[in-house]
Amino acid sequence: MSMLPVGLMAETGEVTAEEGGGTGPNRGRSTTLRRVTTAMLASPAAMLSALFIVLIVLVAIAAPLLVKLSGWDPFQYDDTAINADLGGLPNLPWGGVSAEHWFGVEPQSGRDVFARIVYGARVSLSIAFSAAAITTVVGVVLGMLAGFLGGWVDQVISRIMDFLMAFPSLIFMIALLSALPAGNRPVLLVVVLCIFGWPYTARVIRGQTMSLAQREFVEAAQASGASKSAIVFKEILPNLTGTIIVLVTLAVPSYIGTEAALSFLGVGVVPPTPSWGQMIATAVPWYATDPMFFFVPGLFLFLTVLSFTVFGDHLSRAIDTGETSK
Amino acid sequence: MITYLVRRLLAAAGVLVLVALLTYWIFFALSPDPAVMICGKTCTPDRIDQIRATLGVDQPFMTQFFTFLGGIFMGRTYGSGEGAIECAAPCLGFSFQTNQSVLDMIAERMPVSITIAVGAAILWLLIGVSAGVISAVKQGSWWDKAAMMVALSGISLPNYFIALVLQYVLVVELQILPFPSTPAFGEDPLFWFQSYIMPWSILAFGYASLYARLTRANMIDTLGENFVRTARAKGLSSMLVLRRHALRPSLTPIVTMFGMDFAGLLGGALITETVFGLNGVGKMTSDAISKNDQPVIMGVTLMAALFVIVGNIIVDVLYTTLDPRVRTKVA
Repeated sequence: MSMLPVGLMAETGEVTAEEGGGTGPNRGRSTTLRRVTTAMLASPAAMLSALFIVLIVLVAIAAPLLVKLSGWDPFQYDDTAINADLGGLPNLPWGGVSAEHWFGVEPQSGRDVFARIVYGARVSLSIAFSAAAITTVVGVVLGMLAGFLGGWVDQVISRIMDFLMAFPSLIFMIALLSALPAGNRPVLLVVVLCIFGWPYTARVIRGQTMSLAQREFVEAAQASGASKSAIVFKEILPNLTGTIIVLVTLAVPSYIGTEAALSFLGVGVVPPTPSWGQMIATAVPWYATDPMFFFVPGLFLFLTVLSFTVFGDHLSRAIDTGETSK
Repeated sequence: MITYLVRRLLAAAGVLVLVALLTYWIFFALSPDPAVMICGKTCTPDRIDQIRATLGVDQPFMTQFFTFLGGIFMGRTYGSGEGAIECAAPCLGFSFQTNQSVLDMIAERMPVSITIAVGAAILWLLIGVSAGVISAVKQGSWWDKAAMMVALSGISLPNYFIALVLQYVLVVELQILPFPSTPAFGEDPLFWFQSYIMPWSILAFGYASLYARLTRANMIDTLGENFVRTARAKGLSSMLVLRRHALRPSLTPIVTMFGMDFAGLLGGALITETVFGLNGVGKMTSDAISKNDQPVIMGVTLMAALFVIVGNIIVDVLYTTLDPRVRTKVA
């Protein structure tokens, strides 16, 4: 699984593979919810990461407003903040951090880094969330179909999954993105992430559906004459909720990371639209002369991915403990 | 076992053809006309037609694809008459940019990518697996917490980012290490080691984090199993229980993952090589992509797919010797 720089994709498979059993019949759901919430509230790490996630999401939503507050939009040049004699380096030390430009300015153009980070959050998060939503729907539907129906349906779906997962996906994503006409980059990124992302959800869901299909309550529903679709949507799906939530929280950071890597490599979001990975790429020639400019987008990328991962980790553990102690 | 292998190899060949078809189709359908690109600014319509004919891109899609496939198995000839260019099997075509044979280009850069992959793999296996085992045995200890925290940052930090931070600190500021490069081993082993150590570590950090987490999780599962409890009850020392009983079942999933990851890396550590400017297959790929050099991208994609698929088969065969439960099913 070398598709991602850090192989986060493999993580989604790994964490939930431990999960095995499923949540059992859905009558105990409100207590499960309460138990998981209590466990999450008790963990400082989970709470800190949740706090950061909320903060970043709010920042992304309120980007236009925040930019009005700070006074600079992400595309606006500021010649007074940079020194043309020094090759366009910021006038002030620390990347030009000041009351005027909160996170400093971009060398050469003088564009406001705070505004670009805030708008970058918008781009990065909306790509990651859309990809996570689509892969989850596709993965859950196909995974349930394969796991529940078995036979040739399972064969076809499983072979496609094997094929996609045995693919040098990073190279392929890059090749695909570079061959595609410029068009709407964020949408293309979502499409490419989805093509290679859904099998990781589907594989887990398929396994869980197969084990759930053996349980008594499914048998009972079958015996009482419930239709196949009723069994899948009313009996099996509700019991997959926990798994799905965990899969989503772990898919989001992996998509944020992949989008950043693709943008870093120059095949993702195209300037002037900012994205964190692309900001890091822009800062590469400056990393020695203006480290702050390089450091800020990297820090945001790191903290965001870390928060989602920590949160997802704790969530999966909280849901897990309930099952084993039952 | 033989029939199993033959079946797997046939399936692998099928997948490879599919990968080739898909990649070829993407470039056929989506890319700008290569003839226009090669021809450059001083170009006449006649000249474009001529290049098209030489490249064979005036043919319909399936004809082109089969010529390409045929070239891999039997070699092919570009153009005809005087200016014809022979390309012996396995022919992956010629770079649009440099006119070099794609196969030669890959072969030239392969040693660098192999050096990077092998060095990083040794590091991440040693560090990742041992950290995971110790964390599992001392679950909840300070070591465990610290190691898992490091592992979490390892999977959350983009490696191109830490690569440059590390380069700034170690090379630019402290000047402990030289800028990463790809010298030959023979001339100056110490310099060779110093030049490669940063790419190895950066690459290994991400993987080691992942492996440590996975090893720990597997190990904790295994330690809770009945056969481990039995072994303990028999009075075996905890070291012996670990070595004889717990280690093997915990490590088999790691073997699968390692096979895939290592095979993937042989296709070039794209990001690491690009960031450090190391002239391996990965850097060649990213250069080819930025210049839209289709034959090179095509060749690398196919080669990378070949590595991953062969790696997969090797891992599955190894599995049968590592895990007795699978052995009976296959044989």
